[in-house]
Amino acid sequence: MELSAKHREYWRKNLTVTLILLVIWFVVTFVVGYIARDLQFNFFGWTFAFWMGAQGSLAIYVIIIWFYARYMNQLDQQYDVAEGEE
Amino acid sequence: MIVATQTQDQFKSMLKKVYTWYTGGFVVFIIVLAILEQFGLTRQWIGYIFLLATVGLYAGIGIMSRTADIAEYYVAGRRVPALFNGMATGADWMSAASFIGMAGTLYLTGYNGLAFVMGWTGGYCLVAFLLAPYLRKFGQFTIPDFLGARYGGNIARFVGICCAILCSFTYVVAQIYGVGLVTTRLTGVAFELGIFLGLGGILVCSFLGGMRAVTWTQVAQYIVLIVAYMIPVIWLSVKHTGFPIPQLAYGKVLEKVTEREAQLIKDPKELEVRKIFADRAAAATANLKGLPGSFDAEKGKVAKALEDLKANNAPAEQIASAQTALDKFPKSADEAKAAWTREAGLAARAAPPLRHAEAFPGPTEKARDISRKNFLALIFCLMVGTAALPHILMRYYTTPSVKEARESVTWSLFFIFLLYFTAPALGVLAKFDVYTLLVGSEFAKLPGWAASWSKVDPGLLSIVDVNRDGIVQLAEIALGGDIIVLATPEIAGLPYVISGLVAAGGLAAALSTADGLLLTIANALSHDLYYKMIDPHASTQRRVTLSKILLLVVALCAAYVASQKPADILFLVSAAFSFAAAAFFPALVLGIFWKRASKWGAILGMIAGIGVTVYYMATTQPWLRGMFGVTTPIADAIWWDILPISAATFGVPLGFIVIIVVSLLTPAPEKEIQELVDHVRYPHLRGDIDTTGT
Repeated sequence: MELSAKHREYWRKNLTVTLILLVIWFVVTFVVGYIARDLQFNFFGWTFAFWMGAQGSLAIYVIIIWFYARYMNQLDQQYDVAEGEE
Repeated sequence: MIVATQTQDQFKSMLKKVYTWYTGGFVVFIIVLAILEQFGLTRQWIGYIFLLATVGLYAGIGIMSRTADIAEYYVAGRRVPALFNGMATGADWMSAASFIGMAGTLYLTGYNGLAFVMGWTGGYCLVAFLLAPYLRKFGQFTIPDFLGARYGGNIARFVGICCAILCSFTYVVAQIYGVGLVTTRLTGVAFELGIFLGLGGILVCSFLGGMRAVTWTQVAQYIVLIVAYMIPVIWLSVKHTGFPIPQLAYGKVLEKVTEREAQLIKDPKELEVRKIFADRAAAATANLKGLPGSFDAEKGKVAKALEDLKANNAPAEQIASAQTALDKFPKSADEAKAAWTREAGLAARAAPPLRHAEAFPGPTEKARDISRKNFLALIFCLMVGTAALPHILMRYYTTPSVKEARESVTWSLFFIFLLYFTAPALGVLAKFDVYTLLVGSEFAKLPGWAASWSKVDPGLLSIVDVNRDGIVQLAEIALGGDIIVLATPEIAGLPYVISGLVAAGGLAAALSTADGLLLTIANALSHDLYYKMIDPHASTQRRVTLSKILLLVVALCAAYVASQKPADILFLVSAAFSFAAAAFFPALVLGIFWKRASKWGAILGMIAGIGVTVYYMATTQPWLRGMFGVTTPIADAIWWDILPISAATFGVPLGFIVIIVVSLLTPAPEKEIQELVDHVRYPHLRGDIDTTGT
């Protein structure tokens, strides 16, 4: 079956949001991890690097996954590719 | 349990009601046991009751969910709501290593241990963005199913089957080992018997009802394990901070721990003990070098010391201790070698305590760089491995829709997050207890938990007065990581019921993961190998029966291997992640996001990825080197200082490169395959093909 221009736009938007979220994921994990020794300042008792590793990054993972699900489920509706009730 | 005529909404509200009642019932059960304990119920009986009640409960759910329907058996009828699939995934995901081992790893390794916390949660980002919704749309039964359909045929499927079995089997052996350990601790039966008791609990669920039974049991197991993990930590937090939310409160405790570390690093008594260890290690190393001559020389010295004492009419107790030293002296040069190698290992205990919050500690800039490199490499392998383990990906086949699959990943990570952001808090709180209450106490008056655990299991806790001053120094404590979770209820001063609860939680974690893994292996064999490759005309009845028989056989094999106590269990678990990452991740992701990825690209990419990973481990990991008879020095086999645990650091990129290069050299996939890719990319297309498995 042939994909319409609208379908292609949906896929492009999906790729864009995926890419942006993956960049956030990468920065939170690997960039912060790489410079961890420079992030030893006190953050409510934790060093910032430790807090990021133990809590901050985890919370960000949950939030970006939640955002992705919400965004994509709305995009499905907008572009008329959502599943019907089965 | 499940009536087919219900709508999805009715089904969901019924599930909520059932599991709310169940959680309430479970809490009442604990309270009743706590009251009975006050009236004199013995520890032995509390252990038995916990084991029987929880395993009996899981078995009950298994029997209620028994099924011979193929979609129910393989994917729980594809009607598991996002929230409940999230809980089931959480239990499926969190193994004995997460539940029992993680807090201890954090205690022992400080910041560097956070690689596990981040790696085992951040991987869900990859699952959510790159895999789960697309696999759900594809909608068959297993991961090799997808490889077979996308990469045109049975070769890709077969490579997938082999890799799925390799990583799941290594993982399940570790789980069954964990089941044996916990059962032994809970009831005091022999380890081998413990394994087979636990195995009964695993089988009665998955055997009768496949994915359907496993799903509803895993939800129940998640509730048990999260309650069991939280209660003692909250209590400990109240004890040390006066605040019942440990995750918020432990920053201040970490500050105090850091101050205490600075004191202990310079403390003269600590230095004294560390020096004793350093001297003993140095002497042993010298003796090892002097073998075989040093054996006779050392034995002569010990014998002469005894003679001298006797000749000088030394006090009786001195003579007696010199006599014991002679009696205990190794009988042969080989025994001496083993004993001295152990002694030389004491060098590790001569090191100053590590600073918990410091990232990548190390004496030199180079050592810190290597530590950082391995930290990041380990995170990478654990994350990519998370996103490629077949038993986890399979769970997203069970949701009713693509929309719910996406939401379900959010729930999964949320439920996993609850435990994973608690573990570092527990590590710090336990450390505070050890550093301030245990260190500095008198040997005659050790805190109760320390006294009892060092008697029960010296492998987990041993405290020896090395410098004979009657006071506990930090360097005199040798501690196995698992004790942190197991002993927390006693450290916090809770009744024994809570200790039983924690053991039951560990059991739930190990059983739920083992269930998911066994099902993956049995399905790969019965569905992919037998039905899709050997006999495509097999009736559904025959397929389900065969799957059940295989499940039994695989479980028995795994139990047999686990009862042999293979050398390095923790390594096996992390090896499974590296295998999965290198074998599946590149082929799955490119299969969805790159239409050009071709059959031979994927096949060769998977083989190259797993091949280089296995090769690297076999040449650099001591236990595997022994098994494969590798003799080249480790230093020559190591690439860029990366430890064998992170072998997929090489396997994953190589997999991507091979798939891309070979795909560009071979013709593009046919039109049907390209349509399949479009099919999985859009949740719904008008006039589309249907790939849902029946």
